[in-house]
Amino acid sequence: MATPTLEVRNLRTHFFTRAGVVKAVDDVSFSIERGKVLGLVGESGSGKTVTGFSVLGLVDPPGRIVGGSILFQGRDLAKMSEAEMRDLRGNRIAMIFQDPMMTLNPVLRVDTQMIETVLAHKKVSREEARQRARDTLGMVGIPSPDERLKSYPHQFSGGMRQRVAIAIALLHEPDLIVADEPTTALDVTIQGQILAEVQKLASTTGTALIWITHDLSVVAGLADDIAVMYAGRIVEQGAVSEVLDAPLHPYTYGLIGSVPSRNKRGEPLRQIPGMTPSLLNIQPGCAFRTRCPRPTQACLVEPEIRELAPGRDVRCFHPMSEPAERAA
Amino acid sequence: MTVYLVRRLIQALFVVLAMSLIVFVGVYAIGDPVEILISPDADQIERERAVKALGLDLPLWEQYLVFLGNAVQGNLGRSFVFNEPALKLILQRMPATLELAFGATFLALLVGLPLGLYAGLRPNAQASKTIMAGSILGFSLPTFWVGLMLIMVFAVQLGWLPSTGRGETCSVLGFVGITSCSSGMQWSFLTWDGLAHMTMPTVNLALFKISLVIRLTRAGVRETMLMDYVKFARAKGLSPARVTFVHVFKNIMIPVVTVVGLELGSTIAFSVVTESVFAWPGMGKLIIDSINVLDRPVIVAYLMIIVLMFITINLVVDLTYSMLDPRVRLENKGT
Repeated sequence: MATPTLEVRNLRTHFFTRAGVVKAVDDVSFSIERGKVLGLVGESGSGKTVTGFSVLGLVDPPGRIVGGSILFQGRDLAKMSEAEMRDLRGNRIAMIFQDPMMTLNPVLRVDTQMIETVLAHKKVSREEARQRARDTLGMVGIPSPDERLKSYPHQFSGGMRQRVAIAIALLHEPDLIVADEPTTALDVTIQGQILAEVQKLASTTGTALIWITHDLSVVAGLADDIAVMYAGRIVEQGAVSEVLDAPLHPYTYGLIGSVPSRNKRGEPLRQIPGMTPSLLNIQPGCAFRTRCPRPTQACLVEPEIRELAPGRDVRCFHPMSEPAERAA
Repeated sequence: MTVYLVRRLIQALFVVLAMSLIVFVGVYAIGDPVEILISPDADQIERERAVKALGLDLPLWEQYLVFLGNAVQGNLGRSFVFNEPALKLILQRMPATLELAFGATFLALLVGLPLGLYAGLRPNAQASKTIMAGSILGFSLPTFWVGLMLIMVFAVQLGWLPSTGRGETCSVLGFVGITSCSSGMQWSFLTWDGLAHMTMPTVNLALFKISLVIRLTRAGVRETMLMDYVKFARAKGLSPARVTFVHVFKNIMIPVVTVVGLELGSTIAFSVVTESVFAWPGMGKLIIDSINVLDRPVIVAYLMIIVLMFITINLVVDLTYSMLDPRVRLENKGT
């Protein structure tokens, strides 16, 4: 097996606030290979976005990566200087943000924002940079890119803006793209189009993709692997079909059960009782214990993540392995 | 664009008209200039002749119409005191005030922007805290006191700078750049001596503005740094300089331009205190003197000019806006 594009080991990113230490990301490990898509799933505040920012070295104070390693093609990003990091950012590792209305600078033209990205990493003439920008805009399905380059962001619709943001991410054909809920703010048809584009691009260019989302249906159609996060930790990961068809962690099980479906019409919607714990003071033991349908004395101790089957990790003492149990 | 400008000009016309009425009635209500202008010993006949000569015997509305009729022809009345056209009097004093106001505004931007930027980017640094504390001083120290202190230190004790007057003045003739020191609009900033005279009043006037720009810039930077597009710009691998001076700076300029524009207007109109402290022969001193002797035509003409100036500044600010912020469109250009 070749070196994975990205291998995150025991990553811990904490925020040192006045109220205390917020362990936004606590002991997260995953890896992703060339051309694959990893779906990083969790509720708001589960640490998905901070994980993404950690990979790009964009965690702002009072936050700090306090432990673990982020191996990108064998080099540890967590130990890199800011200058080295800047060299990779937007070049080999790109990021797409959640809200397309906010990611483009409102007072700069699209061509300015694209050309500066090209010039930041490649010594080419302005004209060549513009060519590259235009080609990339065309690639993500923006009609008449020559004209659109001269427009300002507010002259685009939300979907078009996200395409521009994606085009910016693709300018240097990066090896890794971190996409932070890029379709959440868009309506379903646009979301479908963008997902299709991204999938095509990932498979043709060999770009690895971390797709951060809270939407299981998006992950189901797009990702190869899935990692479920809860309270700053990964509670379960594995191949997408296995995790979704046979979840091991009660939280994953609850998440899947919460998705409204036609077959369950008329029944009250299922939900996970309680709320995500505040990351400021996580009680010792399993973080999901208070919301779990079947906690035991054992759960008062923090469970370690363990491999139940090849490529199937779970952080639970009582994984839901029996089909009979699942039916209950 | 043209449509927009024409519409703005028509609006401006109405504002000027409304202002002229308010000013005229207001000044009329202040008091009777006859009491001050004509010596108490004058007899009834002399008195009436003077009143007639000044046009004060007519009813208010007639006086206003006469004033309007003259104003349309560019005549804003003659000063009761100097017996010279009010407009000429004001225009003579204008360069003095203008160079002071523009100098102070320029200084405010030159000093305020970098300091505010620094304080915004490093909010926790010791230097930033010092800058912010200094800006509070700049806000709260009264202008006249600072002016007096400046004179005491730099003029009286150190003897470095002159404390009163404009010094040597010169004018620029046409576009050729030849300077003449005898005729035309007289500017102090064209001579070394004039510059030396300008320094203290300008600094005094700029102090408040510097503080204002610092605080505005800092607040803008702090707010903008948190925006997604700044993080995205960093995620693109841009240098910190590019992020700060292109992505952040262009966004914070929008509020700064608005406030500085309005500040410039009020400095030109109301730099009375500084002009008095440094005996600077500008418009501010003229208007105060005129109010003291109820020199109506000068007061009215002055206020009219100030109204026009504010309208112009607002227009310029709006135009600058549209350049800085593409979302503000002054024209209905289809895209």
